[in-house]
Amino acid sequence: MTDLLEPRAIGADLVRRDGEAKVRGTATYAYETPVEHPAYAHPVQATIARGRVTAMDTTAAEALDGVLAVLTPFNAERLAETSDFEYAVLQGQDVGFRGQLIGVVVAETSELARQAADAVEVTYDEQPHDTELSADRPDLYAPEQVNAGHETDTAEGDVAAAMATAEVTLERTYSTAMYHNNPLEPHATTALWEPAGGGFLTLWDSTQGVHPDRAAVSEVFGLDQEQVRVVCPYVGGGFGSKGLPHGNVFLTALAARALPGRPVKMALTRQQMFFLAGYRTPTIQRMQLAADHRGRLSAIAIDVVEQTSRVKEFAEQTGVPARMMYASPNRRTTHRLAALDVPIPSWMRAPGECPGMFGPEVAMDELAEELGIDPVELRVRNEPEVDPETGKPWSSRNLVRCLREGAQRFGWSERRAYRDGDWLVGTGVASSVYPTMRQATSTAALRFEGGRYVAEIGAADLGTGAWTILPQITADALGVDVADVEVRIGDTRYPVASVAGGSSGTNTWGSALVVAAREFRTKYGADPRDGDEASGDVDQAGQDDTHSPYAFGAQFVEARVNADTGEIRVPRLLGVFGVGRVINPRTARSQLIGGMTMGLSMALHETSAWDPRIGQVANHDLGEYHITVNADVGAIEAHWIDEHDPYVNAMGSKGIGEIGIVGTAAAVVNAVHSATGVRVRDLPVTLDKLLPALD
Amino acid sequence: MKPFAYARPGDVAEAVRDVAAEPNAVFLAGGTNLVDHLRLGVARPDLVVDVRTLTSREVTDLPDGGLRLGAASTNSQVAADPRVRERWPVLAQALLAGATGQLRNMATTGGNPLQRTRCVYFQDVTTPCNKREPGSGCSAVGGYTRYHAVLGTPAALPDPTAPETCIATHPSDMAVALAALDAQVRVLGPAGERTVPFPELHRLPGDDPSRDTVLEHGELITAIDLPALPAGTRSAYRKVRDRASYAFALVSVAAVVTPDGELRLALGGVAHRPWRATRAEEVLRGQQLTQDAVRGAIAAELAAAQPQPGIDSGNGFKIPLVARTVLATVRGLLPEEHS
Repeated sequence: MTDLLEPRAIGADLVRRDGEAKVRGTATYAYETPVEHPAYAHPVQATIARGRVTAMDTTAAEALDGVLAVLTPFNAERLAETSDFEYAVLQGQDVGFRGQLIGVVVAETSELARQAADAVEVTYDEQPHDTELSADRPDLYAPEQVNAGHETDTAEGDVAAAMATAEVTLERTYSTAMYHNNPLEPHATTALWEPAGGGFLTLWDSTQGVHPDRAAVSEVFGLDQEQVRVVCPYVGGGFGSKGLPHGNVFLTALAARALPGRPVKMALTRQQMFFLAGYRTPTIQRMQLAADHRGRLSAIAIDVVEQTSRVKEFAEQTGVPARMMYASPNRRTTHRLAALDVPIPSWMRAPGECPGMFGPEVAMDELAEELGIDPVELRVRNEPEVDPETGKPWSSRNLVRCLREGAQRFGWSERRAYRDGDWLVGTGVASSVYPTMRQATSTAALRFEGGRYVAEIGAADLGTGAWTILPQITADALGVDVADVEVRIGDTRYPVASVAGGSSGTNTWGSALVVAAREFRTKYGADPRDGDEASGDVDQAGQDDTHSPYAFGAQFVEARVNADTGEIRVPRLLGVFGVGRVINPRTARSQLIGGMTMGLSMALHETSAWDPRIGQVANHDLGEYHITVNADVGAIEAHWIDEHDPYVNAMGSKGIGEIGIVGTAAAVVNAVHSATGVRVRDLPVTLDKLLPALD
Repeated sequence: MKPFAYARPGDVAEAVRDVAAEPNAVFLAGGTNLVDHLRLGVARPDLVVDVRTLTSREVTDLPDGGLRLGAASTNSQVAADPRVRERWPVLAQALLAGATGQLRNMATTGGNPLQRTRCVYFQDVTTPCNKREPGSGCSAVGGYTRYHAVLGTPAALPDPTAPETCIATHPSDMAVALAALDAQVRVLGPAGERTVPFPELHRLPGDDPSRDTVLEHGELITAIDLPALPAGTRSAYRKVRDRASYAFALVSVAAVVTPDGELRLALGGVAHRPWRATRAEEVLRGQQLTQDAVRGAIAAELAAAQPQPGIDSGNGFKIPLVARTVLATVRGLLPEEHS
């Protein structure tokens, strides 16, 4: 149990502190950092998916007036640490995927750098590539573990026996597509090496964590962490793709090293982001459910097949949510990977939970239909008393309340599938879940200066609201007005902070700030003097290991399908979430409806159309890779229940950045089924999949 | 990306002379497509001649009841013009179905019909494309064909290595409406002025997929004329796409029904050019315009349609989708008793 803060500023609907600067255009992003006399870099990318670079003719590029440097694997300096293929840019001639970084040009202008990069002639020894994922590949393998340190496989009881004896069973295969994060701000870096001395590097980098970014760069370049500064006050979205640095950061630093004292800027183009900035693996999910005629599950199993890059492993934890979501005595989850000649997958909003709540939540709907049970009721009947995976009690689990309140707000009990003019109308539901995580490392420093409290922590605001809500937490921990508190973030000159990932930022940084504030009050009382300071580490914050902490939610969808064309529109999307105490309703709602919109996008629009003949995403720009736009979003509502959780942290808050995207796509598929009778098990749901069934 | 010279001549005649004199010169109007292509290396001109302020921005009445759209009039302006909205609604609807507000504010009457295909392989200089680099082959055959042609392509599956192979579609919505309206394109070239009927402006790939239109190098569109329609004519544009806005058509339909029951029909998203459905129109000529008659006519039009296999099941869905969309569009234009 933790002593929860008395909420005063917490819960207030404060406007974003960084909002005005962003609206006015004065907030500086990495590429726009004002620096003296910058040079510009543009990468050279491989145009084969597998093989070796045997030669690069840079004569034409170097001959262009204004070109300052052309780096290739043949002339680039050797880096200190080269074990990570993605980070060890220009350290070898091997090509592991099409679009890989194989060179960089630095020039006086970005246009010139691009022209010169195009002028580099590359000769390859091309080898046959293999980029097609399928569930029956003979070379599928079990990784040692899956993302976030989860076990690859789990099993309890005997699924096969339960399937053999159950009154009702369901066996289906579902698939999710490949998705690219596509934050609005591209991956961009401004890098500056001090001209003299031991080699001090400053990176203005668009990142979800300045300290983890610094740690990776220091290691690769063989520097002490103190020799590197990373600055990132604002991030134009990341969705996980800026959580771990990608090759572009190292390439920019390498390019700038060729011009000490001269800042070098490089921003990936939108097209380049489809090769270099991570993506969500496509997944194939074989589901098994067994139940009695009342809908009580006796078995849940999910066997996941997905891909990674041959040159660097990333294993999405897609099977993980099925381990804890519903009660069932017999359970099995497995993950198998194909290592392909493809770009390197990575984090994308709710890795694991997002794809992993697609198959199971559509399967639950199919089971409900088979049993003739309301899909809301089916979920309620399978509510576990304790976490089925760990046996621990829940810190708080309000899935049933979310389902009930959502059903009431949505008008679920009056639902019916009907035809309205040219439109077929249906409704669907699915559950959401996301773990409440806290990272091990983060420190906040708090100082009293000029009558105000100033805290510093190297946290990140990706548009999520950290600039605004961290002062709210700190103010309540100090017992002062939020206007008297400033929290500075986004710079490695501030104390170390964890990555903004796993919806753990507020939990982690907020806990460190609370420790610092309490320490400050203990040391200096209520009437401090100018210059008094204290610090707090997250590991000093109360930590409960005896409960299982998760946020839950329920999402309801009305789908309309045009009877002539099969076009799908979603006029209503409503979510109710149990996310602990909400720090700021304004920024929280934005996170939740943002996640839900991204889930809608996954359901209906997004798909990286993979061309296996050449080994790349065919539709690799935003003209062709379609993301849900305003016109696709009708009435969208995010609500939360009043949830008291004394176990998670001093704020009583759970992470909200990712849960919104979890379950949405299943709810859409279920609603489209209700409207048309067509069950689309392979995302996205597009009109061509419905047309054959429309008369 | 390659450096180029930029010229802003004093008048249209000079602009035409400038472009005609330089084999690797292009006209620039709104730039909504060309500027992307300059960045991507898809267009590599030596000279860019800006005509944005040279051609007319006016929309003016013609003596016979038609309307002249100056080449520099914007898509937003034409879509909002009360005369267009009232008498040629198919055009206003088509314009508003295209792109976004910001793009429509820049895109022009002369430029919109000349935009290039959005074939993903055409737009990627690292992949072979006969349209971008004649003779290099066609990457789209057997690839990502969702937005590709089903009409006007060879009957059998095209040979991707053949220099004439191209299964791209023309992306413009406006052009589909103009094809159905029998608009007239006024062109100024080195040899003087001429008029091209809109349905003849765009070409099929033939033996040279690099050429989208019949315009010769140096020829500039100065205006597009909308002929008058008989009083009581009804028209509509229906664009089908997965996303509700800011997406090119999977298929689109421009339909014009005159008071005496004549149907003019053009299709978008299905061919290398806006596809005037002349076969369907012929079948219907003299027939009562009933649902059944339209169904039969569109079936005749689609008899030669060729689905393209490819990623995510290819584009065979377009064939039934065209038929369904035509029926739905025409249904909305018919008097109650026929629908």
